[in-house]
Amino acid sequence: MIGLNHYLTLSAILFSLSVAGIFINRRNLILLLMCIELMLLAVNFNFVAFSRALGDETGQVFVFFILTVAAAEAAIGLAILVVLFRNRGSINVQELDSMKG
Amino acid sequence: MHSFHLTIVLAPLAAAIIAGLFGRQIGRAGAHWITILGVGLSFVLSVLVLKNLYWDGGAAENYNLYTWAVSDGLRMEVGFLIDRLSALMMVVVTFVSLMVHIYTVGYMKDDAGYQRFFSYISLFTFSMLMLVMSNNFLQLFFGWEAVGLVSYLLIGFWYTKESAIFANLKAFLVNRVGDFGFILGIAGVVTFTNSLDYATVFANADSIAAQNIEIFAGTPWNAISVICILLFIGAMGKSAQAPLHVWLPDSMEGPTPISALIHAATMVTAGIFMVARMSPLFELSETALAVVIVIGAFTAFFMGLLGIVQNDIKRVIAYSTLSQLGYMTVALGASAYGAAIFHLMTHAFFKALLFLAAGSVIIALHHEQDIRKMGGLKKYLPITYWTALIGSLALIGFPGSAGFFSKDALIEAVRDSHWLGQGPIYWIAYLSVLLGVFVTALYSFRLFFLVFHGKERMDDEVKSHVHETPWVITAPLILLAIPSAIIGWFTIEPVLFGGFFGDAIVVTSAHDVLGRMGEEFHGSWNFLKHSFVAGPVFYLAAAGVFTAWFLYLKRPELPAKIATRFSAIYRLLEQKYYFDDLWIKGFAGGGRRIGQFLWTRGDEQLIDGVLVNGTANSVARLATTLRHLQTGYLYHYAFAMVIALTLFLGWLLWMH
Repeated sequence: MIGLNHYLTLSAILFSLSVAGIFINRRNLILLLMCIELMLLAVNFNFVAFSRALGDETGQVFVFFILTVAAAEAAIGLAILVVLFRNRGSINVQELDSMKG
Repeated sequence: MHSFHLTIVLAPLAAAIIAGLFGRQIGRAGAHWITILGVGLSFVLSVLVLKNLYWDGGAAENYNLYTWAVSDGLRMEVGFLIDRLSALMMVVVTFVSLMVHIYTVGYMKDDAGYQRFFSYISLFTFSMLMLVMSNNFLQLFFGWEAVGLVSYLLIGFWYTKESAIFANLKAFLVNRVGDFGFILGIAGVVTFTNSLDYATVFANADSIAAQNIEIFAGTPWNAISVICILLFIGAMGKSAQAPLHVWLPDSMEGPTPISALIHAATMVTAGIFMVARMSPLFELSETALAVVIVIGAFTAFFMGLLGIVQNDIKRVIAYSTLSQLGYMTVALGASAYGAAIFHLMTHAFFKALLFLAAGSVIIALHHEQDIRKMGGLKKYLPITYWTALIGSLALIGFPGSAGFFSKDALIEAVRDSHWLGQGPIYWIAYLSVLLGVFVTALYSFRLFFLVFHGKERMDDEVKSHVHETPWVITAPLILLAIPSAIIGWFTIEPVLFGGFFGDAIVVTSAHDVLGRMGEEFHGSWNFLKHSFVAGPVFYLAAAGVFTAWFLYLKRPELPAKIATRFSAIYRLLEQKYYFDDLWIKGFAGGGRRIGQFLWTRGDEQLIDGVLVNGTANSVARLATTLRHLQTGYLYHYAFAMVIALTLFLGWLLWMH
């Protein structure tokens, strides 16, 4: 029987993967965006799991909203990325270090 | 009479303002005429005031003219107290001032600052009159500071001369030390009586004497002793008593007329006058009187000794002034205030005379002041010679001269002061004034012989030009020589023994040495005869003159031998007991070193270095280290966020 714990564990693994992706990836900005999306999905996973376990539909409604916002956010992120590439000719994360003292 | 009083004060002031501000318009002659007229008017009116008070039996007047400010019940007023003490001072001040004004016409003839000089000396006369005529402490202090200011301006009159600038600054600073005590004394008076008015303060003197003041916790001092000693510190500054005397010899850098007027006859006696005026306070404190007498005795004897080794004609007379002021101070300490004021008066005449005679010599020799380059001037300057002789005889107390009566009476008063007992203070005072007589005679006649007798040591070129000075210079000499010679004859009886001062000077009966002397006084002539048998004073003076004659005329090679034989003592005298070093190197140098320390260590290093720049520097250093944390890499920031989030969540869970 697959219980709440299994869902939560899967979600934690997903979340950890995305965090590791953010830290380890030093090349591609697109990968970074994808990791963030993955992080959101892990969170959504939790919402759904808890909603089911507690018998409360609200969590699932939230997931729809978050997915919508995430889609919009991904669009904005990609747009910024395009502009960035146009300006600097690169999306290499290690070269994006102008935000320092 | 009130309009008289006001005119006496304002005439010199008006003249000073006109000569000072409109000097160019009225010209040189205009400047000296207006100031001489102003001071002359003051002199005539002062004589009338004295006549009214003494011969016509007028009552002393004490009134306020103008209330300057009222603060918490303390009235600050401008007013006059005209009694015989102030009237006498007014006559002396205006007379000497008038003589000096006339003399200046000749002395400063070629000086570019002619109008300025007349303006200053008239301003001085105004200030001095304000000082002596005052009826309250505030106005006294005003006059006190104003004469100090004019003295400063006049010592540095030749302001391009380095030594004059040094001397006037020195005079000003040393006087500040005295004034510090003086103003604290006035503050003490206000604290205890809440009044600046003489009459009110004197009426409350007994209540002050009954109280104690604790300056250092646990050591109660008698309030009136503290106040009197503080006031006397002011007098020490102004009247150049050791150790605050150092400014007076240097003040001779100024033109000679002001040496005569300010630094011999009038301003320096302000301290003596002040103490006499404060006699109701001083009488209540034997401690203060003892301090006064010891300081005076030290000054009288030891400053006289310095006159023997000086070679500048004016400096010899300056040291003589110091010594004579010491005499007056001793008389004050012995409660013989009348004797002090009497000596002040005669001294004003003969010391002004001596200074003006010295100025006459200096002019005749084209500004030569070194007595080693003089000699044999008797035949070139007959009038100066005879007047200087009268002045010198008066100074040493030659029987019959003005100085004789005042000095003899003063010494006798010291000898007979019973309140001193027979303890060390009595002997210090008595021996100092007695030995001082010998010293006075020695240096006076050393100067006299070296200048007017003996070999002519001038250059040939100077010698060919020497001739008697013009009448504007010799006339004041003669006019001053007359009172120097004779005024003692007919003033000793009324001033000293005739109750001349009335209520102006208060002496408790236990201290009243002059009163007891008065019982044995039978006219000036008997006083004169009495002096030959009564004490050693006359013989000491004669011995001094003889010694001077022997050393400087008969065997002129001896002084140099004595100087080498006793070189240690000679050096001590030549260095003026190292008082200058004490002040300049010790106090001024110490002050400068403290200032240097506070500046380089305190200000530059501590405040600027550590506090102000140090704060900025450490922030900058911290920031240079911390900025390495901000790498600009997204993953570093994200990492920090996650770590922090984890830590905070962990902490939250831990707490619950």
